[in-house]
Amino acid sequence: MIHSTDENLLDIANLTKVFTLRQGFSTTKLVAVDKASFFLKATQPEIVALAGESGSGKTTVAQMILGLTEPTSGIIRYKSKDLTKLTRQEKRSWFLKEVQPIFQNPFATFSPLKRIETYLFETAFNYNVVEKENVNQYVDDILGLVGLSLAEISGRYPNELSGGQAQRVSVARALITAPSLLVADEPVSMVDASLRMSIVNLFRQLKDEKAVSVLYITHDLATAYYAADRIAIMLGGWIVESGSVEKVLGQPLHPYTQNLKQSIPDPDPDRKWEGQVNLAVLETDEFTNMGCKYASRCPEVMEICKQKIPTDFLVENRTVKCFLYEDNNPT
Amino acid sequence: MSIIAEAKHLKAYYITQSYGIERTVKAVDDISIEIKEKEVLGIAGESGCGKSTLLKVLLGTIDPPLKIVDGTMQYEFEESYNVLSMSKDEIKQIRWTQVSYIPQGSMHVLNPVRKIRDIFHDFIATHQNLNKSETTKLSQDYLQKLGLSGQVMNAYPHQLSGGMRQRVTIALATILSPKLVFADEPTTALDVLVQRGVVQLLKEIQQREGSTLVLVSHDMGVHANLADRIAILYAGKLVEEAETQSIFKNPLHPYTQYLIESLPRLDDKTERSSIPGRPPALDNPPEGCRFHPRCPHAMDVCTKEVPPLVDIGEGHKTACFLVSEEKT
Repeated sequence: MIHSTDENLLDIANLTKVFTLRQGFSTTKLVAVDKASFFLKATQPEIVALAGESGSGKTTVAQMILGLTEPTSGIIRYKSKDLTKLTRQEKRSWFLKEVQPIFQNPFATFSPLKRIETYLFETAFNYNVVEKENVNQYVDDILGLVGLSLAEISGRYPNELSGGQAQRVSVARALITAPSLLVADEPVSMVDASLRMSIVNLFRQLKDEKAVSVLYITHDLATAYYAADRIAIMLGGWIVESGSVEKVLGQPLHPYTQNLKQSIPDPDPDRKWEGQVNLAVLETDEFTNMGCKYASRCPEVMEICKQKIPTDFLVENRTVKCFLYEDNNPT
Repeated sequence: MSIIAEAKHLKAYYITQSYGIERTVKAVDDISIEIKEKEVLGIAGESGCGKSTLLKVLLGTIDPPLKIVDGTMQYEFEESYNVLSMSKDEIKQIRWTQVSYIPQGSMHVLNPVRKIRDIFHDFIATHQNLNKSETTKLSQDYLQKLGLSGQVMNAYPHQLSGGMRQRVTIALATILSPKLVFADEPTTALDVLVQRGVVQLLKEIQQREGSTLVLVSHDMGVHANLADRIAILYAGKLVEEAETQSIFKNPLHPYTQYLIESLPRLDDKTERSSIPGRPPALDNPPEGCRFHPRCPHAMDVCTKEVPPLVDIGEGHKTACFLVSEEKT
């Protein structure tokens, strides 16, 4: 992605994660994330979507940002501090307050044996964000942001809430520490269709009113288009195209993004899918390709694609990792 | 078109008793539905609205605590079968050969320690007296017809990509040319490309074999692409049923209108609202119309009486007083 001149909120450069798989005596290396670079601006809050099919490395990126997985190489800088070099003390007192996660399944986020509001109070106490006597008011205010109230959820167990409500509580829990960045990993994929928009609208509202940036990881491109300002498309550990969401999903340049766009089911019976789609047969196919990981499925594949790995080319204010745009300047 | 399966006034409840407390969950409450031959019928609705339970009843897999309280369910093949009074063995006779089922999360149903070739053999040999080379040939030909790579035959399930596994399962469920195929959320949790591949495969099979497909999904985009007719379920009730075109162009029930309006579309960033409130719990559904607590047009009558499913012409049926009041 094109680097802005200002200091960035989150800066990711050449981030790589290699998993070593041992089967008996043989070891294979799987590059789950391969030199991914992107950033979130500090000057204004924004929602950046990270999209791609399952197994493309989206979640691994999120885990590395959250510090749950150690990157093999590359840099993650948050507010210009290198995250891999934080001390435990700094991590606890500063980073974990600043960056909060939201996970996919709200019912797996919360223990079924605990009342749901205890998570909100525990987070508030653990991070010392508020005086003990004001904590009820504070939690209630945060719940108000997500369209709930303490009276509504107090004393209830996770199974007594709908998926949409439980997910909103998990957003509220993340907001307790007043973070600047939310890392939301597939936050709507387990939520009912009718309640999905309430979560996505919530992110838009938080961005506008509370200046919270969101890294929105999803495979649902329609909600990504709706919510995000910028988007990065992942394929086999690479970021193949990134730029403003209107550009990337409006007029996609990379053949993979084009294919993705065509495959979004349009809720309109007059516009059905035409033509065939090529899918990978084996799980590891694309990770082991010599050249471009999309070469085996790409309709516009050239000889060079099978031998060489494309670099990022700068086209119309976005980066595209494809030899079709070789005439443009590499970034 | 003739009717291949018909349910009349089906009521299927989950009745549980623990420590003397009886709890009844009315998952399917008075649903009548006709499935026409060679059509694709989409059943839509959010989780917990009774979609999967309805499918269980349509398939005849009724295990406690699920109980049929009322209603009839029939298949009309060469002879007619009364599903609810059939024994397990009788159902086994027609399962997979006449009536087939693609389960939810079907990418995880394959036996992890057997190769795809052996899985196909196990499956076919249970129903037809064929030896291994015959079943291999049969399955290879079938996969080829569907445009799936023959490479998969020698692979173990974990070696296949998620989308491929899903499609192998679909091929497995349809290899004995069933007339009626039920698919429960076949595309949920798949990414868009794989979803498109699966939908294409289902369509291909349905057209090639001339079978009837009942597709349960909450994704209206998939229904728009695949279904000929759509039935919308809400809290155990059928609220609207019509041709796909009329559902999308002229939705009558407020719930359907919300469902369609709330869908985000590409090239459109205008604010979309979600449906207010939450779906009701089915052990204690609201009185009258079950949608009335969330409905913006709720009237007095909605809180007291259950709206009947009325036909407003051309097979478009809806259960809403806004429509039925106008008619009378």
